[in-house]
Order: sequence, then structure tokens, then C-alpha cells
Amino acid sequence: MAVDANTVRRVARLARIHEPDSRLESLAGELNTILGWIEMLNEVDVEGVEPMTSAVETTLPLREDVVTDGGNSQKIVANAPRSADGFFVVPKVVE
Amino acid sequence: MTQLTELTLAAARDGLASKAFSAVELATAFNKAIEAANPSLNAYVVTTPEKALEMAAASDARLKAGNAGALEGIPLGIKDLFCTEGVRATACSNILGEFKPTYESTVTSQLWRDGAVMLGKLNMDEFAMGSSNETSRFGPVVNPWKRQDGANASLTPGGSSGGSAAAVAADLCLGATATDTGGSIRQPAAFTGTVGIKPTYGRASRFGIVAFASSLDQAGPIAKTVLDSAILLESMCGHDPKDSTSLQIPVPDFAAAVARGVKGLKIGVPKEYRVDGMPEAIEKLWSDGIAWLKDAGAEIVDVSLPHTKYALPCYYIVAPAEASSNLARFDGMRFGTRVEGETLTEVYEQSRAQGFGNEVKRRILIGTYVLSAGYYDAYYLRAQRVRTKIAEDFRLAWQKCDALLTPTAPSAAFGLGEKSDDPIQMYLNDVFTVTANLAGLPGISVPAALDSQGLPLGLQVIGRALDEETVFAVAGVLEAQSGFNAKAKSWW
Repeated sequence: MAVDANTVRRVARLARIHEPDSRLESLAGELNTILGWIEMLNEVDVEGVEPMTSAVETTLPLREDVVTDGGNSQKIVANAPRSADGFFVVPKVVE
Repeated sequence: MTQLTELTLAAARDGLASKAFSAVELATAFNKAIEAANPSLNAYVVTTPEKALEMAAASDARLKAGNAGALEGIPLGIKDLFCTEGVRATACSNILGEFKPTYESTVTSQLWRDGAVMLGKLNMDEFAMGSSNETSRFGPVVNPWKRQDGANASLTPGGSSGGSAAAVAADLCLGATATDTGGSIRQPAAFTGTVGIKPTYGRASRFGIVAFASSLDQAGPIAKTVLDSAILLESMCGHDPKDSTSLQIPVPDFAAAVARGVKGLKIGVPKEYRVDGMPEAIEKLWSDGIAWLKDAGAEIVDVSLPHTKYALPCYYIVAPAEASSNLARFDGMRFGTRVEGETLTEVYEQSRAQGFGNEVKRRILIGTYVLSAGYYDAYYLRAQRVRTKIAEDFRLAWQKCDALLTPTAPSAAFGLGEKSDDPIQMYLNDVFTVTANLAGLPGISVPAALDSQGLPLGLQVIGRALDEETVFAVAGVLEAQSGFNAKAKSWW
């Protein structure tokens, strides 16, 4: 499953990270080195083994379905790159 | 009298209680030490000297009134991964810009509840992704320890909690918070002659800690002694409704367990941890550790953890996959830095391209790839199955022993720049520590010897889930029997 420049471009797009064309080949090389090393896992017989989903066996607790917090809009937007009237200001997405 | 900054946390607590010195005097001593040392060591990325004095004054008032908390007046450093209300938290990444949290992480709020005093925020690898501190936006921390070869090379304090480890080793705090996803508490502790413990997954709340890999991340302390680490861990742990994975079980008296001894305990020595090319000094330390525990009344048993060699490759699927999901929130919209562009997608792509460093981008790309359509089963699902096998290895081992003894890291501290060109060489730093994260088990690193270059080496104790007390008991014996009390000679 070798990764090529096109795959890197597609994955970078999925991850929303701009990678210039000049970087794609070298990134493909880096990812192939790491993925090649990871291939070692194919040696392990995992037939019938359940995937681990939690480090300590426990059931997720449920809490009462009630409002416990709120009224913090100024705190929430305090670190926004742009905000107005307690809202985040983002680039226009609907024409 | 020894300098106040050289005291252990336990000794400082006694001194404060007996009014030998005040919390303000103690905080002042640390503020001065940090100001003098930080330009050379780069351990702190934010210092909060005024806040420290304010908190110390409040501690003095409580000490006087007789209602002191368990950590009253104790000055601590906080890893930059923890959200601290009103004090910049960046995970040492450019993408968080000048982010000032408007809330406090649960772990730090518990430390302040118990009276601790904040000295500042500690340097680390960007988003805790690294083993040498070289991925920090603020440049690497320099290890207080130097090789004795006269070349004066700058060494790494390890990572990701390199700032925490260096600050403790150089007497720039009495203890520090840290986090461990694959070894980020234990490896830096080993590289700096300090003690670091990662508790069982779920012991400490992850609320307010910038998330890296949510099924592996745990907070813990780095401290000067095993007892100090136990005192700090007790304050950091406990159930928190704000973290659904935090366990609803009481926190034991960890400090009391330190002096419990190992008489009658069975200590397992896993043969798979004997790796090719391990330095002789580490081999020797491991056998010394076995002999010390035997002397103290423990029985040594050979055990096998056959899937050990698959732990790192497994980790490098699980951790990047979870990271790629967690780090999706850094998009330039709600916090941190935004790079403006023509379209929304362009804003996302440019903000993330410029905000993240190369190692973080590499891991996000791997994580995105292994989770992408067509590869999920081959990579991510297989890794999670291998993870089950790794956890089973430990379950079988616990039928034969109560704790495991291993080296903490495959080498002593290395030079800055020595391994930064080869990611896999860097990843191998975590070969002995990462298994405990995958299985969710507690692990501690105790400094126990110096190598031929005069650099500290650590021994690791891994215990059963929720059995930190046995881990502390074994660590206490290793500390006492090794007689380790070396300190880095000040050059800063």
C-alpha cells in the first residue's frame, strides 16, 4: 500500500492542511517509511480478537438530562480571531 | 541551611508547617531561581511571579489560621498542555497563538484547591508529540545534566514533558504537572534524574488538558522523590463529572504506600524488554534493580510479554488517528491564529499549514490516512486488535507477579539534534513505556544510577490497573536501595 504524491495531496486535503506541490514527494517518502514499519502488525494473528476500545473496562456513565452550565458567550468568544456581539465571525460560506 | 529551592516537596511542607520559612519566602526564592536560570534552560515558556506571590500570601494566611491544604504554599510548574485561567496556554504550538483559557483544567484546579502556588507554564513538544522537546514552538529545553566528556554538548531533557523534568531537576519548582501518552512523563524523568508517574488511565481527569490521543493521555506529576510524586498524584487524581472516562473510585493514600516495602511481592522481569544494542550501563542497572528488590524480600519471576515489539507500531496508528480527530478543532475559527484567505477551505488549510509544525502535520496526515475510506480495517481496526493482545499479555503476567521491573528508556539523554532527522529512531525512545499506555496501566520511572558519562538512568515499575500503591511501594524500595541522590551540577 505505497503512498504516492497524489495520495498525499488527497489526504492533506481531507486533513485541511495546505501542502505545496513541492513537498508532496518528500512527504510521501516520510509516510512510506513510517507505514512500512507499521506493516509489522500484519504478523500478528488477530483472528477473532475484539478491538480494544477502552483501557479500563467500564461503562460510560449517564448524567441527568438537565442544563448545568451556560450564559458564557463572552468567555467563549474571548479568544476568537474575530468576533462580534458574542458571535464568531467566519468567512462567508453561503452565497 | 540548604537553599529553599533545594528542598524536597515533603521537606518544604514540614518547613512551612513549623514556620521555619513562609510561603512568600519560598515563592520568592523560586521566582529568583527561575529568572536566573531560564535564559539558559528554556524550561518555562510563561512565568507568573506576581501570581505566585499572591497565591503564596494567601497560603501564609491559611497556614496562620490553621486551615492549610495538603499542598499549602508549595510552588509548582505547570506543563503548557494544561488550561490555566487567564494564563496563556499554547501546547507549545503556533496555532494556539496567545490563547488565554477562560477556564481551569480539573487537575490544576485540584492543586490550587489544596493550596499549591503557580510559578508558570512549562515547555514541551508541540501538542506533546515528541521525545526530545525539539518540536516546541519556543525551541527546546536544555537538560541541566551534561556529559562528563568536556565537550559541553547541550542534551535533551526528553519529551514531551521536558520542561517539567528540567524544571524539577534544576530546582526551578518543587514539582510539576506533566502528561504521558506514550512515555512523556517517564522518559523525561529518566533523562533528568527525577521521578515521574503515569497513573492508571481514568485516575486523573483529562478536562482542560489539550487532547492528543484521548484513549492514551493521562496526567501525572514529575517530582524530586517518590514520596513527593505520591503526594502530588493524590491531589491530581479523583473522579470528575466533566470527563466521562474518569473513574468513580476513591483515591487511596498513595504517600502511605511508599514506605510499605516489597516483602512477599512477586516482581516480574519481562524478557522481551532486553533489546539489541542496549547500553551496558542500563543492563547493569536492571540487574542491580533486581538484586535490590530481592534483598528487600521480593521474589523475582521471569515473565513473557510476547507482543511487546508490536506496541510501538500499534501506537503509531492509534495515537495519530486519535490526534487527527482531536486536532480538527484547530481551524482558525474559534481560538488561536487565523490566516485569512479567499474561501473558508483556504482559511482552514492555510491556518493549519502555518500553525502546525512538521511533526504534528506528519502525524495528522498518518492519522487521516489510516482512518480514510478503504484503509480503516487494514490499519486502525487491526491496530486496536493488536492492542487487545498487548493488554492480554499483561493480564497473563499478573497471574505470576504483582509488578514488573524494566528500564525506563533504551538510552541516557542524547544530544539536541542527534535524532531529529529520523522519526522512527525518535519513536524508539518510547519502546519500554508505550505498552503501559496501550494497556492503561500505571508506570513510574525512578532514577537509580549514573552512566559512565555521569548521566542519570531510570528504572520503570509497571503495576496492575488501579494498583498505584504497589507501584509506589516498589519504587520506594528502588529509591532507598539505590541510594541515588545525584544532582546536575549548576552551569546555568
